[in-house]
Amino acid sequence: MDFIPIISTLRRHRTASILIVLEIAFTCAIVCNAVFVIRERIARMDRPSGVVEDEIVRIQLAGIGKKTDPGVVTRQDLVALRGISGVKNVAITNMVPFGGSSWNSSISTIADDPNPPLNAATYMGSHDLLETFGVKLVAGRDFTPDEYIDFGAAGGGSNIRLPSVIISKGVAERLFPGQNALGKPLYVWGKDPSTIVGIVDTLARPNDWQGQVGMMYSLVLPLDLDFTYGGNYIVRCDPDRKAEVLAAAEAALKKVDPVRLVMRRQTFADVRKEFFAEDRAMAWVLGVVSISLLVITALGVIGLASFWVQQRTRQIGVRRALGATRGDILRYFQTENFILATAGIILGMALAYGINLWLMGKYQIDRLPAEFLPIGAGLLWFLGQIAVLGPALRAAAIPPAIATRSV
Amino acid sequence: MIGYYIDLALRSLKRNLSLTVLMILAIGFGVGASMTMLTVMHVLAKDPIPQKSQVLHYVQLDPRPLRGYTPGEEPIEQSTRQDAETLVREARADHQALMTGGDATIVPAKADLDPFHIDARWTTNEFFTMFDVPFLKGGPWSPQDDANHNRVAVIGKELAEKLFGSTDVVGFTLRVETTEMRIVGVLDTWHPIPHFYDLATDPYGQGEQLYVPWTTSRDLELSRDGNMNCWDSKHDDPTVVGAPCEWIQLWVELDSDAKLSAYHDFLAGYWEDQVRAGRYERPVNIRLRNVTDYLDYNKVIPNDAKLGTYVALGFLIVCLVNTIGLLLTKFLRRSSEIGVRRALGASKASIFLQLLIESAMIGLVGGLLGLILALLGLWGIRHGVSHYADLAHLDLPMLAATIALAILASILAGLLPAWRGCQVAPALQLKSH
Repeated sequence: MDFIPIISTLRRHRTASILIVLEIAFTCAIVCNAVFVIRERIARMDRPSGVVEDEIVRIQLAGIGKKTDPGVVTRQDLVALRGISGVKNVAITNMVPFGGSSWNSSISTIADDPNPPLNAATYMGSHDLLETFGVKLVAGRDFTPDEYIDFGAAGGGSNIRLPSVIISKGVAERLFPGQNALGKPLYVWGKDPSTIVGIVDTLARPNDWQGQVGMMYSLVLPLDLDFTYGGNYIVRCDPDRKAEVLAAAEAALKKVDPVRLVMRRQTFADVRKEFFAEDRAMAWVLGVVSISLLVITALGVIGLASFWVQQRTRQIGVRRALGATRGDILRYFQTENFILATAGIILGMALAYGINLWLMGKYQIDRLPAEFLPIGAGLLWFLGQIAVLGPALRAAAIPPAIATRSV
Repeated sequence: MIGYYIDLALRSLKRNLSLTVLMILAIGFGVGASMTMLTVMHVLAKDPIPQKSQVLHYVQLDPRPLRGYTPGEEPIEQSTRQDAETLVREARADHQALMTGGDATIVPAKADLDPFHIDARWTTNEFFTMFDVPFLKGGPWSPQDDANHNRVAVIGKELAEKLFGSTDVVGFTLRVETTEMRIVGVLDTWHPIPHFYDLATDPYGQGEQLYVPWTTSRDLELSRDGNMNCWDSKHDDPTVVGAPCEWIQLWVELDSDAKLSAYHDFLAGYWEDQVRAGRYERPVNIRLRNVTDYLDYNKVIPNDAKLGTYVALGFLIVCLVNTIGLLLTKFLRRSSEIGVRRALGASKASIFLQLLIESAMIGLVGGLLGLILALLGLWGIRHGVSHYADLAHLDLPMLAATIALAILASILAGLLPAWRGCQVAPALQLKSH
């Protein structure tokens, strides 16, 4: 195909050509960034929690007024929950992954660190916590019963001397890169170090105020809790009987002590859904906008191409009369669209990177990956060809005889 | 003449219906999407207390040890109990109040109502006067109530109606956890948005329904809610006076710049006193931000809402470019008609006007469509999942803005094509046909 005559025609329709190139460019830039953000959001929503999500339900309780001995009630609660049919394991914890509210602590490998390198979420709970969460221990061991300290009885403050601590792989890799973290001292609370006795694979934080990387920093402390600290009962059960177990668990807890409020009762799937609700909404909005943009751009291409076909009917007739085949006419319009789309894509990619740079400065967004370039270009070329096909076929159908009539 | 142009425009629009519909849809979707997001932004960026946002100031001091200090850094976000209580006692501002979020279980007297949990605020009596909180019945508790740790409470309208089926409940007894409290005031509906005085709780949430004197809440150890940071682990209870923990919001009202600088000086003096007493170690680093600055500093508007707005504006731009292109082709297609009109004596200006009227009509219909789509979009957001969902309503100014945007957009879109259209030379068009 000869490009020269097409380009010289386009130069005669400069305004319309520039407009369609601009439209393709803006669409390209916005859709590239939108798809990129959607991809990031989907990646976020797929973040691992580290727990056996399919088997876990959660009931959160709050007491009414001060309890005289919450520890006794808590032990009764755990016994009652274990008695429910279908239940594999039961534990109480101060917080759950993706649960929102969190307990955190600055940690360091040296004593009295004025600038601790890391802040980690501090999980604590009854002896079966790791087993109930189904968190994978990749090195070391779980706490032994004699390591546990009763958090409430010890005053509930952060001046408790912790003999040992279990850390997540994220913490181990960050604080002890290339070394074995087991047996090393870690300063969590107070002036005394705690010995690292175990490393778990993933145990996600309850929230992401420290971003995606921070999500991987968590600790488990050997502290036995009563239900006044967060009051999260975690029940691991048969995946098919979660609804039934939830109802039975609520009834069992009410029976142990009716003067309490159930704040939340949900499956882990609900916990995850609630936590990522905004991301899902954003992904949907951007998806709808992207598709609308592509449709509108396609319609714009159709509108302009139809006009050009109509305007050039006579010239097309002349070309046909002079020996051009239908295929030649068809290819003419397809090539014309290809040239316009290419100009739009080049401008659009530059714009896409500009927008991406600007967003990176404002909202912790990563750099647009290079593979978006060919994918976005391919998509817009394809869209342009589909859109121009109808008008181009109509042009090809113009009979040569039209050249002899006046339009 | 205008009537005639409208008639001409209608004929022309009817002649090529699919193109007209396409342009209307483009403007409609562009306007609809951008107005949905702009309305959300408009709601989120509202001044929560316009009459006082310049005179209310949030106090930030920094009692942390010198270790880890970097010059120029921001002081801690909230106050320690010791500082907050001392500064409220000193009462050097026009009004001042310290506060923290909390939650409590209400045990209703009615047998058919189960105990339930509500969000609450533990504060001092000037909270209500300082923030212009509207009372339906009764009023704030007195300074004596604060001083004597009295078991009194101010409750919201919704709570009063839920518990007693009436708002006329001043003097009634309310059971909070295990304590009986006397109701001294009932508030009218009051949900400042954003929840500016404590951003640790959801800035676009529903606010509190129960207010109890600070001293009383500490006696009863009612549970607190919000952020807490401690910088020294040598403490048992982080909520006691003297604990190295920040968890309290301290607001002061200062009516003039003179008072503001006088209060700043007072705080600087207080700081020096604390340094001499060995409590503070860092150099003086005070922040006294007013409501507007405080909200800006805390970047309360969710990033997703901003991002959504940029996307919607980009969408509008594409829709506009699309409409410009289509109008241009439409007007140029009528070159011969325009040529004839020009040859018969129509001036460039009247052709321009005629074409502009045609684009404005598309804008009008597109604007109406955009309005409907914006209402639909907002309905979608309200039934969606965002935590600020219930707030997304189109108010009168935004309604007017939507229509204005649609017409402005279409006229802008019509300008270039109309200008190009009226450039058609009469002779050339007549000659070629």
